[in-house]
Amino acid sequence: MSARSLEGQKPSERIATGVLWTVSALVCCVLLWILGDLVVRGAGVLSPEFLTEAPRDAGRAGGVGSLIISTLWIVALAVLIALPLGFFTAVLLADHRATRLARFVRGCLDVLNAVPSIVFGLFGSGFFCVTLGLGYSILAGGLTLACMILPILIRTIEEALRAVPSDLALAAAALGISRWTRLWRVVAPAALPAIAVGVVLGVGRALSETAALIFTSGYVTRYPEGWLDSGRALSVHIYDLAMNIPGADQRAYGSALVLIGLLLIINTSVRLAARRFSARMAP
Amino acid sequence: MLPQRPPRRAVRDSLLRALVLSSTLLAASLIFLMLAFVAGEAQPALGARGLGEFLTSASWHPTDASAPEFGLLAMLAATGATALGALLIAGPLGVATGLFGALIAPQAWARLQRMLIELLAGIPSVVYGLWGLVVLVPLIGAGTRSGQGLLAASLVLALMILPTVALSTEAALQAVPRELLRGGAALGLGPIARARRIALPAARSGIVAGFVLAIGRAIGETMAVLMVAGNIVAWPEGLREPLRTMTANIALEMGYATSAHRSALFVVGLVLMMAVIALVALAALVRGRASSVQEARA
Amino acid sequence: MTAMNSPPFRAALAACLALLAGGCSGSADAAETLTLTGSSTVAPLASELALRYEATHPGVRIDVQSGGSGRGIADARQGTADIGMASRALAPDETDLDAHTVARDGIGLIVHADNAVASLTTGDVRRIYLGEVTDWAELGGSVGPITVVHKAEGRATLEVFLEHMGLDNKAVDADVVAGENEQAVKTVAGTPGAIGYVSIGTAEVDIAAGVAIRTVALDGVAPTAAALADGSYTLARPLNFVTAGKRSPHVQAFLDFALAPAQHDLVRRESFLPAQ
Repeated sequence: MSARSLEGQKPSERIATGVLWTVSALVCCVLLWILGDLVVRGAGVLSPEFLTEAPRDAGRAGGVGSLIISTLWIVALAVLIALPLGFFTAVLLADHRATRLARFVRGCLDVLNAVPSIVFGLFGSGFFCVTLGLGYSILAGGLTLACMILPILIRTIEEALRAVPSDLALAAAALGISRWTRLWRVVAPAALPAIAVGVVLGVGRALSETAALIFTSGYVTRYPEGWLDSGRALSVHIYDLAMNIPGADQRAYGSALVLIGLLLIINTSVRLAARRFSARMAP
Repeated sequence: MLPQRPPRRAVRDSLLRALVLSSTLLAASLIFLMLAFVAGEAQPALGARGLGEFLTSASWHPTDASAPEFGLLAMLAATGATALGALLIAGPLGVATGLFGALIAPQAWARLQRMLIELLAGIPSVVYGLWGLVVLVPLIGAGTRSGQGLLAASLVLALMILPTVALSTEAALQAVPRELLRGGAALGLGPIARARRIALPAARSGIVAGFVLAIGRAIGETMAVLMVAGNIVAWPEGLREPLRTMTANIALEMGYATSAHRSALFVVGLVLMMAVIALVALAALVRGRASSVQEARA
Repeated sequence: MTAMNSPPFRAALAACLALLAGGCSGSADAAETLTLTGSSTVAPLASELALRYEATHPGVRIDVQSGGSGRGIADARQGTADIGMASRALAPDETDLDAHTVARDGIGLIVHADNAVASLTTGDVRRIYLGEVTDWAELGGSVGPITVVHKAEGRATLEVFLEHMGLDNKAVDADVVAGENEQAVKTVAGTPGAIGYVSIGTAEVDIAAGVAIRTVALDGVAPTAAALADGSYTLARPLNFVTAGKRSPHVQAFLDFALAPAQHDLVRRESFLPAQ
């Protein structure tokens, strides 16, 4: 429901609307400023070779092709692990709004969300890499990231499930439909677009993680051949190029642009998919 | 009468219950696993120096050969100051942006804004730190001094948590039933009034959830703050004075620390987690009291 | 037909699973895998050495990980890594380890490119870092107040610098503490009155790339690779491959390769000096 005409509305409405437009424009300008800065500093290195070759000369030559694969695998694993886990937890939280159990679980997740990424990295390294014996691997990185994005997924999915109009669920109950069917055929499809927001936020967080991945999926730049291989994520590469390798600034920014491109593609796909399925199921 | 197999419905529902309960258990236990890990690594330093020193001193010199000092206070204050600063900037801006996108803006602009914000959410913290270091810091320093400090850190953190607040607010507002808003329009309320009096209160739990996520992110952020805050262990004294957050401290020194120093860094991590637990408990208390007041009013 | 059964959804799901399933095969069988962990300063050089070694020794895989000198030393001790990378000399309590110096890394002072001050004495630097001198005007410069850029504790660069200058870390009055080299470089490049110290090789590469910094001569000696090589510039630290106990033939083979003069070009390409 957007504002139609501002005529005939109280001055306070007009002022407030003006303020909101200004805020939105300000935020968009800052974002465009940052993106523009990245493009100016990094677009020069983008090329098909950059997207397909592995890094050479400590990252000063070659491309990020192998890192794109590593990054995609790590993020895909993280979402594959965290989404079912998060979804079912969100189901419980959405059904039991104010019980002690629900409040306790939410508290646990809020604390988990605030744990610094470097602590996650050290934990992941100690638990997944050493205790579970995975070593420096994409799998260890995916597991660690799954822990990190779980709170954000659960929170948004819970809100999404709870926002489904109660008459839908009540009608289903009145018809004697099982809880399982009600969840999968009625509630979840209606909540899909909002769930997609959670996935988008989670993927964004996963793609941008650095410290956690240095200690778990590692620093190796060759094309990974399996989940147990070590593979450098794009974010780790950007950090290395910007902070550790002299004279590699342009490539750092170029890699950042590749990462943002990846994010755009994933986000659009997730949103499109959610919209299609939700449209098919809508009453 | 032969015993009957349970109807498929019941089996599926039991399966659902099992999945839901086991997932919840697993999700909730993760934080305890982490706490156990951090506490275990912190134990040697706690045993050797005692928690008291960490919490009562502001001097941090862990590698001094003769008289090492392990004081966290200044860094604890720095974490609080930067997170608060980020929230003061990103909170209002994020809610306003989300509100605008969900209820006021034309569809096309709302979509553009949302796309930009989602992009912002995926930019690595390293890139924010880099941009902050190379673009923002010189601006703040204005050519005469280093711009690394509280203001730079708060601004960069605000940029990083803005998407969470904005997108959560927008999603929460979009979930408000349209009939409520239409009712408000029928009563003659303009869009802003409808937003303020109907939509925002209805979406409150979603917005607060977004805030909690954002605070968590602000407190736990490491890389970006490391690059623009100056990293001097000192009380937050001014917008352009350098400070060192607890997370930056861990990241800065962990890779090069010997076992005693490393253990002390885990104490920093432990104190940070304790502070977050206290904050979350406080927030839950406040929310609990607010909802019971609401119930009393109804 | 529900959405989940529709052809497009199934096709997309199949594609995603295929992409992911590429990972299920597990790691390739290599005859031997060597793992190096440790200093992020040494890691790029180690990666390049590893790449060249793998090209000439098929069947051997060398994985280089980061994590810091402390981690490298700990991993070498525990056997978690075959070789630990450390950007410093071994400490007195590390006699159970063997250090193989693969390169040397000089440490030089840098200031902003607009700063006209080209030379400082050890005494000048001491006074700057102790906070006794606060404006470049006192040293013949004109870029205003001095912004002191220091390094984080535990780093070898810091230790070597403090020792050379005769400073106690507690007495240093700094404005910014940098973690990695490039952070110090970018800080100095963004603040006209800044002074810091970084790896000489890093500074030279960045200056050649147009970054707004310049090096400063210390006690009359300019920090160049040549001065380091002939010994007139002494502020430097070793970059070590660290091992513990008996070395397997594969580890020894790689060490011999890495330290060989044939690989000195790689060392120089990373802006270090080959070990003497």
